Amino acid sequence: MNGTLKFVQGNEACVEGALYAGLKFFAGYPITPSTEIAESLAYRLPQIGGKFIQMEDEIGSMCAIIGASLTGSKVMTATSGPGFSLMQEALGYAIMAEIPCVIANVQRGGPSTGLATRGAQGDVMQSRWGTHGDHAIVVMTASNNQDVFNITIEAFNVAETYRTPVILLFDEVMGHTRERLIVPEKDEIPLVERLRTSVKGGVDYHPYLPREDGRLPMSDFGGVHRYNVTGLYHDMWGFPSENPAVVDGLIHHLTDKIRNNVHTITQYKEYFIEDARTILISYGSTARSALHHVLNRRKRGEYIGLLELQTLWPFHGDLIREKCKNAELVVVTEMNLGQLYRQVKIAVDHPERVFLANRVDGVFITPTDIKNMLRLIQGRGV
Amino acid sequence: MAIKDYIRERFFPHIWCPGCGHGMVLNALLRAFEDLAISKNEIVMVSGIGCSARISGYVDVHTLHTIHGRALAFATGVKMSRPELNLIVPMGDGDALAIGGNHFIHAARRNIDITAIVMNNRIYGMTGGQYSPLSGYGTLATTAPFINIDHAFDVVELAKAAGATFVARTTTYHVKQMSELFKEAILREGFSVIEVLTQCPTYFGRKNKAGSAVDMVKSFKDNTTPVGSKAKLESPGLIERGIFVQKDLPEYTREYDKVIERAMKKR
Repeated sequence: MNGTLKFVQGNEACVEGALYAGLKFFAGYPITPSTEIAESLAYRLPQIGGKFIQMEDEIGSMCAIIGASLTGSKVMTATSGPGFSLMQEALGYAIMAEIPCVIANVQRGGPSTGLATRGAQGDVMQSRWGTHGDHAIVVMTASNNQDVFNITIEAFNVAETYRTPVILLFDEVMGHTRERLIVPEKDEIPLVERLRTSVKGGVDYHPYLPREDGRLPMSDFGGVHRYNVTGLYHDMWGFPSENPAVVDGLIHHLTDKIRNNVHTITQYKEYFIEDARTILISYGSTARSALHHVLNRRKRGEYIGLLELQTLWPFHGDLIREKCKNAELVVVTEMNLGQLYRQVKIAVDHPERVFLANRVDGVFITPTDIKNMLRLIQGRGV
Repeated sequence: MAIKDYIRERFFPHIWCPGCGHGMVLNALLRAFEDLAISKNEIVMVSGIGCSARISGYVDVHTLHTIHGRALAFATGVKMSRPELNLIVPMGDGDALAIGGNHFIHAARRNIDITAIVMNNRIYGMTGGQYSPLSGYGTLATTAPFINIDHAFDVVELAKAAGATFVARTTTYHVKQMSELFKEAILREGFSVIEVLTQCPTYFGRKNKAGSAVDMVKSFKDNTTPVGSKAKLESPGLIERGIFVQKDLPEYTREYDKVIERAMKKR
């Protein structure tokens, strides 16, 4: 791969990915451990004629990016636990009004102020269900700088394709890990640009009338078409409606557009799954340790593999079941009390074979931790 | 363009109660548009939640009906991306100064070019008559059944202190003045605040025995006086209306252009 070699933190790799994807507007509020994303973009965005604003809080940040996205810009915000909690209402608005945007949540220990400077993966369920009401959401993550870069680009692509918010669920360890990153040449990675309507100005444009393929071409807000955008249930004009058929149609449209495309949206990596009797399932920084352990044990002839999930939501249960069908043991390793573990248990044919190897004390799960926890699970003692 | 060309007729009748003052604000706003002869494509109206917020749906401009209290934050994103557009943000008293109070003072502090209209009817109408931060001490509401012990903000003083560069107050009795103030605010570059005292006969009026809609509108005539008038010296209880602040300070999106200029030199 050609490109520019850099030595950066995960948070900066995310910035590089966002800029590569065409980010033009960022609004944010300082919070550990995500602040470097805002700092870096405050410097980089105006250099390309983009805009950066530090808002008065995370609520305002989320609202500002939605407003900017509507006008046609690719947008993003970044935050951590408490800030992510504050963003939930506006996140629901972006889901309802179908406004593309990317939210990076560099996870820290919660609940509340929790562990501001320590890694955690406790927002897996919040990212899925944080905003009220039935809805669909896309949540992605990665375990090394190159993947953080790539998945950030993918987040923008998915956001544009499905007119949806996409959450990048990183964690403190990943955000602050310095390692190499190659930023590829322009055009090497395909970008999805906004699908704009072909309806001419002065002609009736229906902002919420899906095409045959289910996609909704947008018209840059403030441009040649005047329309209404609302967080209420709305008709094809974007005007509020309480008509049961309209409400039912919209909620299914909003959830189906993600659920029906779970195969396309889902990204994952697998290592030695084919003949593995023990399968580790992990994501984010924890997957680094899991991979390290798997490589170590493979050298010793153990039949162990790793399934690294990069798309957490929509949850691809069929994929998990398929990959785990021959495994004697499935161990989910994550820095929480089993948020993804429970999903895996529901998905597989043999839930009794699924175990959790976790830490929730703010300490990163090391390969040795995984080794020891596996020995305990297998009844071999530490 | 005729006034009716600025509205979305198919979305009428509106949801407001008989006697509500919000329609009068809509009227004055549309007249301001007509007088200024602004193209509908150049106006963006961003609103939050509440009776007042529904105003955006009825106007045939770019309309963004958002969440409670956050209209100014959404508007900030739109304005930053498209500085050439005219941003108008109509809000109720709760929308602007309770849940949205923080966004209000910070938008004013930045002096971003937005026209903020505070439709002050001293009550939460949409939810059925709870006290707002503008209801005032001694009033009654469904959530203040004995007496309201919360003191009200003075919108003008608050906007002044927060740094708004155009601050005015008027009432639904003074529709012509209202329209003139809207025009002035739209033409100005910077954060403009216009407080409009408006009547809610259904909830505030009924709870506080303020009489009919007509009585309430009349009270705006009787209880207000032009800024700096002698009447205010004689009767300090009168509420002043007119322009309180009008100053030229650098506007936020123009200032950001300077940031871009500096940043590009450092590439």
